[in-house]
Amino acid sequence: MENVRGEAGNFRVVLKKKPRYVIEDKCTGCTVCVEYCPVQYPDPFNQEISLNKAIHVYFSQAVPLITYIDESCLYLKEKKCGICSAVCKAGAIDFTQSEETLEVRVGAVILSPGFEPYDPKLLREYRYGEFANVVTSMDYERLMSATGPFQGQILRRSDLKHPRRVAWLQCVGSRQVREGANSYCSAVCCTYTQKQVLLTKEHDDGVECTVFHNDIRAYGKDFETYFQRAEALPGVRFIRSYASIVREDPETKNVTVRYSTPDEGVKEEEFDLVVLSVGLTPPADVERLAETFGVDLNDHGFVQASPSNPVETSRPGVFVSGAFQGPTDIPESVFSASAAGSQCGRLLDRRRGKLATERRYPLERDTSAEELRIGVFVCHCGANIGRIVNVPSVVEEVRKLPHVVFADEQLFSCATNSAQDITKVIQEQRLNRVVVAACSPRTLEPLFRDTLKEAGLNQYYLEMANIREHCSWVHAKEKDRATPKALDLVRMAVARAARLEPLQEFDLSVTKAALVVGGGVAGMTAALHIAEQGHPVYLVERERELGGTARRLQHTLEGLDVQAFVRDLVWKVYRHPLVHVLTGAKVTDAWGYVGNFVTRVEVRGRVRDLHHGATVIATGAAEHRPTEYLYGQDERVMTHLELEEALARDDERLLGAGSVAMIQCVGCRNDDRNYCARVCCSHAVKNALKLKEVNPAADVYVLFRDMRTYGLREDAYREASGKGVTFIRYVPEARPEVSAVEEGGRKVLRVRVTDPILGKELAIDADVVSLAAAAVPHEDNPQVAQMFQVALGPDGFFKEAHVKLRPVDFATDGVYLCGAAQYPKHLAETISQAQGAAGRVVALLSHDTVVASGAVCVVDEEKCVSCGQCVAACSYGAVELGANGRAEVNPVLCKGDGLCNVVCPTGAISLKHFTDEEFEGQIDAALAGG
Amino acid sequence: MCTGRVDLGFVLRAFSKGADGVFIVGCRLGECNYTTHGNFHALRLTHLCKRLLERLGLDPRRVGIEFLSSGEGARFAEATDAFTAQVRELGPLGRSEGIDPDRLRNGLDALESIVPYLRMILAEKLNPGLPSPEAYDAFFASGDVDRVIDEAVVEKWIMARVALLLRASPLATAEIAERLGLSPSEASRYLAAAVARGVIRYDLSQKRYALGSVE
Repeated sequence: MENVRGEAGNFRVVLKKKPRYVIEDKCTGCTVCVEYCPVQYPDPFNQEISLNKAIHVYFSQAVPLITYIDESCLYLKEKKCGICSAVCKAGAIDFTQSEETLEVRVGAVILSPGFEPYDPKLLREYRYGEFANVVTSMDYERLMSATGPFQGQILRRSDLKHPRRVAWLQCVGSRQVREGANSYCSAVCCTYTQKQVLLTKEHDDGVECTVFHNDIRAYGKDFETYFQRAEALPGVRFIRSYASIVREDPETKNVTVRYSTPDEGVKEEEFDLVVLSVGLTPPADVERLAETFGVDLNDHGFVQASPSNPVETSRPGVFVSGAFQGPTDIPESVFSASAAGSQCGRLLDRRRGKLATERRYPLERDTSAEELRIGVFVCHCGANIGRIVNVPSVVEEVRKLPHVVFADEQLFSCATNSAQDITKVIQEQRLNRVVVAACSPRTLEPLFRDTLKEAGLNQYYLEMANIREHCSWVHAKEKDRATPKALDLVRMAVARAARLEPLQEFDLSVTKAALVVGGGVAGMTAALHIAEQGHPVYLVERERELGGTARRLQHTLEGLDVQAFVRDLVWKVYRHPLVHVLTGAKVTDAWGYVGNFVTRVEVRGRVRDLHHGATVIATGAAEHRPTEYLYGQDERVMTHLELEEALARDDERLLGAGSVAMIQCVGCRNDDRNYCARVCCSHAVKNALKLKEVNPAADVYVLFRDMRTYGLREDAYREASGKGVTFIRYVPEARPEVSAVEEGGRKVLRVRVTDPILGKELAIDADVVSLAAAAVPHEDNPQVAQMFQVALGPDGFFKEAHVKLRPVDFATDGVYLCGAAQYPKHLAETISQAQGAAGRVVALLSHDTVVASGAVCVVDEEKCVSCGQCVAACSYGAVELGANGRAEVNPVLCKGDGLCNVVCPTGAISLKHFTDEEFEGQIDAALAGG
Repeated sequence: MCTGRVDLGFVLRAFSKGADGVFIVGCRLGECNYTTHGNFHALRLTHLCKRLLERLGLDPRRVGIEFLSSGEGARFAEATDAFTAQVRELGPLGRSEGIDPDRLRNGLDALESIVPYLRMILAEKLNPGLPSPEAYDAFFASGDVDRVIDEAVVEKWIMARVALLLRASPLATAEIAERLGLSPSEASRYLAAAVARGVIRYDLSQKRYALGSVE
């Protein structure tokens, strides 16, 4: 990016594009050039552990999946070589390319440059780069990967042997205030380390894994149980100790680590491999990036986000998502990306759809009365298939197969002119089934389906045979057997093609309104964002007032005045003409499907049926009512939320308190609720800082198990510590005890706690005890889940479709979630997730129709015996027993997994496009080759 | 489509058509990108299939299953090679195990004919419930599967085999027993049960069993 001019809604961005030396439209990603390229150099994608070529695909899932040439190329350096040009049959190599400058006009910008892993060379004591068997977690990640330097084998660089004893050192470069390190917590390392431990044990369960850690910050959804899983494995130790690297054995290259335990004191232990769990730092060249875009950075070099809108930067129209906001894990990155997208949509809504044009296809030919006429196109993929598989002989053999009326070879079937050829042949030869024998359907099936549509043929009449990934690539060294196998694959494809049926995808209309259940910050934010992008929203809140839990919060650690923020948000919601607020409202029933939902709501005795195309569940969480520590019996014992409220009204108990004790993890991280409520540690620190501000003389104690002030919140933890707040760790086996006693005429709450390091019992006499009462799921979540046909997780919180891939979607199409209903979270996280959910809703509602796939299940009523096995097998509620007792499939809900097919005792239900007949045809054809 | 779509009928058909081994590959257990977890169904099917092959005198290692992610090409190749090598070592289906080809065909065809029934058994009786690898391991390591096969499958299977034999020609008890590899008294028990159900009849004139009920 060279420079950015203009303003929100109208930016001109000047980009400099480095030459790829490969013509993108021509390169097919066949990688023959890579094989022939003579230049080897350390592969940056594999952390320079293994070698790559000067021309290569960046990594196996790169988009686009085509090659580029880097600076190590001999031709670029000395005008020598040029072998790639010679071997590329697509003519894609172009050394005449030079750097291009281009200007793009855009209305909004999203900055998502990600992060840079911390470089442990900044602190010499880690010996990274010096000891061969000290690696970073990023190195280790590649070592474990199937596409990594050793094809998924974990090997030491020094002797290429499998390590038997692996140690991880946590917080490398993080949580340290000194030159070369970062003060903040990198937020993701605890859990990724646990993942690496689990994967290591999966690779080889004999490996001993040792993790040297500070607090275990398992604050995310399902993280606590994940940690427990890792910790419980045999041969895995989690040791809470600072650890340092002492020496390397000159012979074995093993690494000695020094650490200490309460029982054994300081000791040394030798490991075969030491992994440094490095933290996250701002992207490289961040200052220039910030300057180019005119956005402010914070002290750590991450973007300075608005506390009330975490995806907004200091420059209007420029948004941010992902780890550039600060250390962020994948789910949060994904929903912040959705949120940033939604922000752009809000800004540019009036231009929505203006650049889109509709494709028109010829009328589909009715082939029902025609004889089978199968055409087969066998692709050379340049030399990729052609030099291993004898393509002409495959074509020759295929011509002999039944119903095949046409077969030919193509250099690249996917090239634009080849696809046009296919269209022409279909029309000339009046083909009614088409087989393309080329590569994986994952990438190119949509293209070839489109080709069929262009020729006026039903798109489901296409079948692909993967003779590249499944044949020429894996059998490069057994050429003589590759051709017969390719023929087997094509024969199977032809057999299946002969049985294919034409299927129709159908359009469902979309009711362009949304329902948001829950009027807290999550619900209001989502509703407002949807309304601001032109769609009516029903906002349903069961209380008389909007605001939810945030009504009880005063400020955030980021400095947001929560009360003012909520007042403003409520005002905006009420003022927006498209938001219909229903308070004191109860949802009593819901039905329908994506694009066409109906929800019955009871508002003060009146029943209304709301019609909407999308639903957002934003019902928040409740506060646990503690039964322990004298809560409810002694008015000096309160929850953190109550403490915050008391502070706000200048409660005398606090202003005059000589001592306040806070007890963490009340009502969670126990057998009843085996999760971490995520926000309480930061909440305690926030309240402690506030207490110190209004009553500096007060002694403040925080009794904790692990301080989980993840990310940039770590700074507040340190600040509290610096201001004299005392943090005392306890273990769950020895929970603190609280009793009301009189000490020298003073009535106090005596808190007894055993310090696990000193092994000594401490007694604190406190005037007020505050409990970190967990955020817990609402009691009626199961009913809500049932009404809206969505899932709950084991903790009782709503369960997203996929924790990383779809963190604000439910598996049920058209239903989304955000806020604490999904899991406890901080206000900024809630806002970001709510915007993300709104973004997903708008993406759905901006279409007039949704397309339902043709490959869905269908029931033969004659055969159905009403046993209901299919109903039980379907995880999407797509099958029901209808009025006549027979199974009925709602094709809109059917995802085409076909599980119902294999439980049906009469074969009455079948998945279209994947029928028994089609498979049986393939099986028979596979075995017909002998 | 999901691995859960793999039907017992497909696996049996492959064996009938001359395959010496069948290998199923699905996504990694517990890592379903949907809510389906259909690979557990494939796992159940594999377990059942192995036991049924055993009953036929075939080596259960002729059916294999592996769970891999799409990023594990190398492991896929490794697993496939290992399975292929194993099947190669086991040799041609039936012949290596010393099973009479007719008896093998009869056994496999009979199994295929009761696939709809076996689907119900799989769904109802061989379902450990929770989709967790641990629960599955425990369930299939227990004797429950063999018990279910003894109680709910064997008789049905033998009847199907008898029906297939009689479709060709009427046979005497001793002939049937011999072809099924049963003792004559065992065979008699099943035959009597089949007569009672009206599936077959004893033709007094031929002194042989034949298809159909007594008129």
